Amino acid sequence: MLGPARYWREVPQRYRYEAAKCAKCGKVFFPPRLVCNKCHSKEFTQTTLAQTGSIETFTVIRVAPTGFGDEAPYAVGIIKLDDGVRITAQITDCELDKLDIGQKVRLEFRRLGKEGESGILRYGYKFVPVA
Amino acid sequence: MDVGIVGWGAYVPRHRIKVEEIAKVWGSDAEAYKKGLMLREKSVPTPDQDTITISVEAARNALRRAKIDPQKIGALYIGSESHPYAVKPSGTVVAEAIGAFPSIHVADFEFACKAGSEGMFVALSLVKAGQVEYAMGIGADTSQGAPGDALEFSAAAGGAAFLFGGKPEEIAAVCEHTYSFTTDTPDFWRREYQFYPRHAGRFTGEPAYFKHVLSCAKRTMEIANLTPKDFQWAVFHQPNGKFPARAATELGFQKSQWEQGWLAPTLGNTYSGASPMGLSAILDVAKPGDRILMVSYGSGAGSDGFVWRVTDQVTKLQPLARHTRAQLEDRPIYLDYGTYAKFRGKIHKVTE
Ligand SMILES: [Zn+2]
Repeated sequence: MLGPARYWREVPQRYRYEAAKCAKCGKVFFPPRLVCNKCHSKEFTQTTLAQTGSIETFTVIRVAPTGFGDEAPYAVGIIKLDDGVRITAQITDCELDKLDIGQKVRLEFRRLGKEGESGILRYGYKFVPVA
Repeated sequence: MDVGIVGWGAYVPRHRIKVEEIAKVWGSDAEAYKKGLMLREKSVPTPDQDTITISVEAARNALRRAKIDPQKIGALYIGSESHPYAVKPSGTVVAEAIGAFPSIHVADFEFACKAGSEGMFVALSLVKAGQVEYAMGIGADTSQGAPGDALEFSAAAGGAAFLFGGKPEEIAAVCEHTYSFTTDTPDFWRREYQFYPRHAGRFTGEPAYFKHVLSCAKRTMEIANLTPKDFQWAVFHQPNGKFPARAATELGFQKSQWEQGWLAPTLGNTYSGASPMGLSAILDVAKPGDRILMVSYGSGAGSDGFVWRVTDQVTKLQPLARHTRAQLEDRPIYLDYGTYAKFRGKIHKVTE
């Protein structure tokens, strides 16, 4: 369990895909960080992730961790966004046997999980295939 | 001062279940239901979709059209009868997700299926009063019908969002008139701690839906001094395909006027999202100068009537977001009843 406080701190990334762009070399970091690992600059500008990309690799989870049992089977993938950023996320709204590397996807706002029957609902991004 | 829609957008989930698939499980006559309800299939939300996620996607589509700074949105209202939390607003999540916070007034509305048009009514009135520069009204639902109940064939998921503003050059559809018709009528209800709603069977037709929708439509047109032939389009609340088709015909509208906004035959009943989604489908194709009559219905009971006049701006905004009917037709994924029951939380995996 994440707990409400940590979930709340991650809202800018989970809800609005806010990323940090290195002011010196232009590298985009998601989640944002304090020092650029490419040029060691500490200056960043705020940017928003590209909301489309393609599947670089994926796996199908058939035995889900506790709390996700009802969701299995589902796919998790590494997505290369159109701005070059790679992120790991669930791929939803897909027929698992038709999923493929290179498939174009876009971000959608989804429920990521719930903390038991009485805890908070967690929201954020997942990817869905586009035609 | 003219106030109207400066951006609109809908969201339709991709999964569907056919009437036959539900009828098979309960031994009911699929053909009789399809004919009786004028409904072939309905949308189904995935376990990771709810009123909040649908509202966010619909709101983002509305903003793709409006292209305004979300910080200028001074109010946001979501009407739904399936808010995910019993206590904690849906609107706060949506306001943060679209970047319209923290200087914003947010509230969740409830009035059975009328909650969406209610939010629209209040949002546009605040703009008209000069209280806020822009306001958003959203209608969305992921309602459930009890297994085997007639409602199970129609209870669907979807939503639409409308951004209202008062700058003449931004308005795509001016709101010319509004009217609300309300009585206390116990046709459909859900008590606290009950999972599925209950309804009064056949009582939901004549004294409930038809009385309110027809009275509201007639009075709205009277106030506007218009008749059905003055409208290019009409959209009504659609708990199934049949009710709005009959209401439209009784009022004297031709099928060509109501067919575009008549989504229920392949979408089902999206409750608070129903007439708003129909309106969004009409705005997707409407021409400058067209007039639209919209009448919602919420059990309990009441109807909101709106007269919209489409402006030149509409053609610029139409291509900026995915059309409602395009979403409805985009690669539907059909479910068997077992998967549908799992998606809707009617069955659960045992946990070790
Ligand atoms: Zn750098």
